[in-house]
Amino acid sequence: MRGGPESETTTDERHSSQVAFDVNDARRELTLDNRTTLLDALRERLGLTGAKKGCDHGQCGSCTVLLDGSRVKSCLVFAVTLDGRSVVTVEGLAGPDELSPLQAAFVAHDAFQCGYCTPGQLCSARGMLDEVTRGWPSAVTDDLTTPAELTDAEIRERMAGNLCRCAAYPHIVAAIRETATAR
Amino acid sequence: MTTGAVGQAYPRLEGREKVTGAARYAVEYPVDGVTYGWAVPAAVVRGRITRVDAAPALALPGVLSVVHHGNAPRLAPGPEPDLWLLQEPAVHYRGQLIAVVVATSLEAAREGARLVRIDYDAGPHSTVLTADHPGLYRPDQVNPSYPTDTAEGDFDAGYAAAPVRMDATYRTPAYHNNPMEPHATTAQWRDGRLLVHDSNQGAAPVQATLAELFELPRESVRVITKHVGGGFGGKGYAKAAVVLAALAARQVDRPVRLALTRQQVFGPVGYRTPTIQRVRLAADTDGRLTAICHDAISQTSTLREFAEQTAVYTRSMYAAPHRRTTHRLVRLDVPTPFWMRAPGECPGAYALESAMDELATVVGIDPVELRIRNDPAVDPELGRPFTSRNLVACLRDGARRFGWAERDPTPRARRDGRWLVGTGVAGASYPARSRAAAATATARRDGGFLVRIDATDIGTGARTALWQVAADALGVPPERVEVQIGDSDLPPAGVAGGSMGTASWSWAVIRACEALRAKLRDTPGGGPSDGEVTAEVSTADEVRDQPALPRYAYGAHFAEVRVDADTGEVRVNRLLGVFAAGRVVNPTTARSQLIGGMTMGLSMALHEEGVLDERYGDWVNHDLATYHITGCADVERIEAHWLDERDGELNPAGVKGIGEIGIVGTAAAITNAVHHATGVRIRDLPVRLDKLIGLSGLA
Repeated sequence: MRGGPESETTTDERHSSQVAFDVNDARRELTLDNRTTLLDALRERLGLTGAKKGCDHGQCGSCTVLLDGSRVKSCLVFAVTLDGRSVVTVEGLAGPDELSPLQAAFVAHDAFQCGYCTPGQLCSARGMLDEVTRGWPSAVTDDLTTPAELTDAEIRERMAGNLCRCAAYPHIVAAIRETATAR
Repeated sequence: MTTGAVGQAYPRLEGREKVTGAARYAVEYPVDGVTYGWAVPAAVVRGRITRVDAAPALALPGVLSVVHHGNAPRLAPGPEPDLWLLQEPAVHYRGQLIAVVVATSLEAAREGARLVRIDYDAGPHSTVLTADHPGLYRPDQVNPSYPTDTAEGDFDAGYAAAPVRMDATYRTPAYHNNPMEPHATTAQWRDGRLLVHDSNQGAAPVQATLAELFELPRESVRVITKHVGGGFGGKGYAKAAVVLAALAARQVDRPVRLALTRQQVFGPVGYRTPTIQRVRLAADTDGRLTAICHDAISQTSTLREFAEQTAVYTRSMYAAPHRRTTHRLVRLDVPTPFWMRAPGECPGAYALESAMDELATVVGIDPVELRIRNDPAVDPELGRPFTSRNLVACLRDGARRFGWAERDPTPRARRDGRWLVGTGVAGASYPARSRAAAATATARRDGGFLVRIDATDIGTGARTALWQVAADALGVPPERVEVQIGDSDLPPAGVAGGSMGTASWSWAVIRACEALRAKLRDTPGGGPSDGEVTAEVSTADEVRDQPALPRYAYGAHFAEVRVDADTGEVRVNRLLGVFAAGRVVNPTTARSQLIGGMTMGLSMALHEEGVLDERYGDWVNHDLATYHITGCADVERIEAHWLDERDGELNPAGVKGIGEIGIVGTAAAITNAVHHATGVRIRDLPVRLDKLIGLSGLA
């Protein structure tokens, strides 16, 4: 029910915690409300607004970042659980004056329109390519005994968790394919 | 503008900002002392708030205020009933935003919103659109200002006398725009002035609405809209988020960030109305239409009349001597519907283009040929020639590219293993309109040029397109031009909507650049030797004086689908669209817009459906896990092409607008292809597995 109380949890046991984790290779130490998601910690406490809030429920992928190298939806991660861990956001995908090959390919292929899902698409793609390198299969991988070949169908399936309402999907696939082929 | 920047495939100007995370959206600006607002939705459909108990929320550390009708700053009553928020105890629909909790953190605001206790007196409600609803009535006009009903000839007699008749009723559900960025605002009051960073499709109209609601002079309100995470019509006007944020900021006398949740954008900010559409077609045995009737039913709210122009598409699309269109509405206890990509044309074309396919089957004529055979020589209602009408050229070019000629028209004749394969076609049109805008062009001392206009780039590529247009109008390389948009302090321009953005804004930009060049010619030395030179223009007179002619963009959509014979799963192998939309300013961003529209049409055909629960008077699927939109894995092969079309009766840039034409015919092309694959005609969207299995015994 949208209007009424969702549960009867009491609020007098709330806590804050000190937590230290790396963000884009810099150690950040924060005292955080235990309820703070990684997404809100990035956006509201660290001023890193690249990761986007599209749904806050892990359903759209706009908030995707890399956690210890793996893609996660940062709206589903409590920041207090991250002590000692390492986060990379879209702001950390390349140096200050350059674009990564993936970012450059997104621009060249017009793999976005409004740009709101784009940071999530980029982090997701980076994580996805590493998953392929590690040999992880997807739901459309036919042969589980050999390394998955990164076909367009594989890219589409593996990027299906990142919604784009502008529907730049074919251009996203093209940009990822080009980057994967080049590396 | 023969050779120049227009027509070149420049990457969009803000591309680097968008791929590095540097592009700031509405609630991403650093603001000292910012607080957070969280909206509370009503839990009854129709009734009255009898008590608001804010105490549990206010007891939370960090909660500053619970703003509701009992304590909120006053808004001017008047023409904005949907935005007259937190002003009265009445609840008009479930989910209406009736309070805002403001706190020093998002977490406290969110928990506070959960703890606000609200009691209601609830009354009976009516929330389901039906064809025989006792409240059906005839509105005085339909959006934006079309006649409600039209008639030429004698439809009843023409229909009765025809040898071939087709009569079918089509239904579309509620659709929710769901841009990836929910409506969001940062609001700040300083010395009686209101500054908002807001996610919308036009800063100037939002400024006007806020000024009216808060009873301020317009110049006391500034709206900044630099980047917008999509809109698709749903941000075409001031909406709840900006009003609530401004109210909350005034209440706590601190800046407030307020973003609606994903759940809260299913209703309170508008949606595409469900429709019930009866289409009757009559033809001779050669497939020449003799009578057309399109009767459309849709809903509005008790707050305000919103009359979707569903049957307007049928007024100019195909020729027939006897014709009639009607619109009926019913006021339900629901949120007010609003614009969603190609309002009217999109659901209307689904019905008419489906009906044309059914007629093609009845008379045994190829559906491409049937449309060509019924292409009108002049506008069927106005009796005037179109400024350009290239539907037939789109159909022919599309058929050639798609390989249509090899099609066996027999339904359910192609099989590929477990898949039944079929192809379908649909036509499309969308009005090519312009509205007034103002712009300035400035020559700088360093040889650069600055063009300023309150246009909005919601992802369309408008910023880049105007930059290209300005360069050509100035006769300089685009690298010397800077374009500023997205701020109500800039010369006023209308919304990014109705496929009017580039047409209207480029008109003002071109005129401003022409005026600047004239000014520079009159300047000793031909340049700004001791200062900047600026020209300011408005196109109001020119646009108003434009003759009323039938101006439309056209398109032809082709689809190939495969349907799993066991499960009824539908996959779209291929979508191909060919469009005639005037001059294309930037092929890169144009292609993105067109395939984006086509994909939203795919989404409409197969995925999207607001499912209403009559008991609670609200949609049960109000998030992105349960309201499905097309994802990356759903789009296999998609192509957008366009004809080289020059139309001198449009606007100086010669553009027709491309934001909406892409969605118009897509759903019908897909459902027509599903029929060809399976023999099953789906007349109520979306195509779902159960509809195919239940109707055909597919296997």
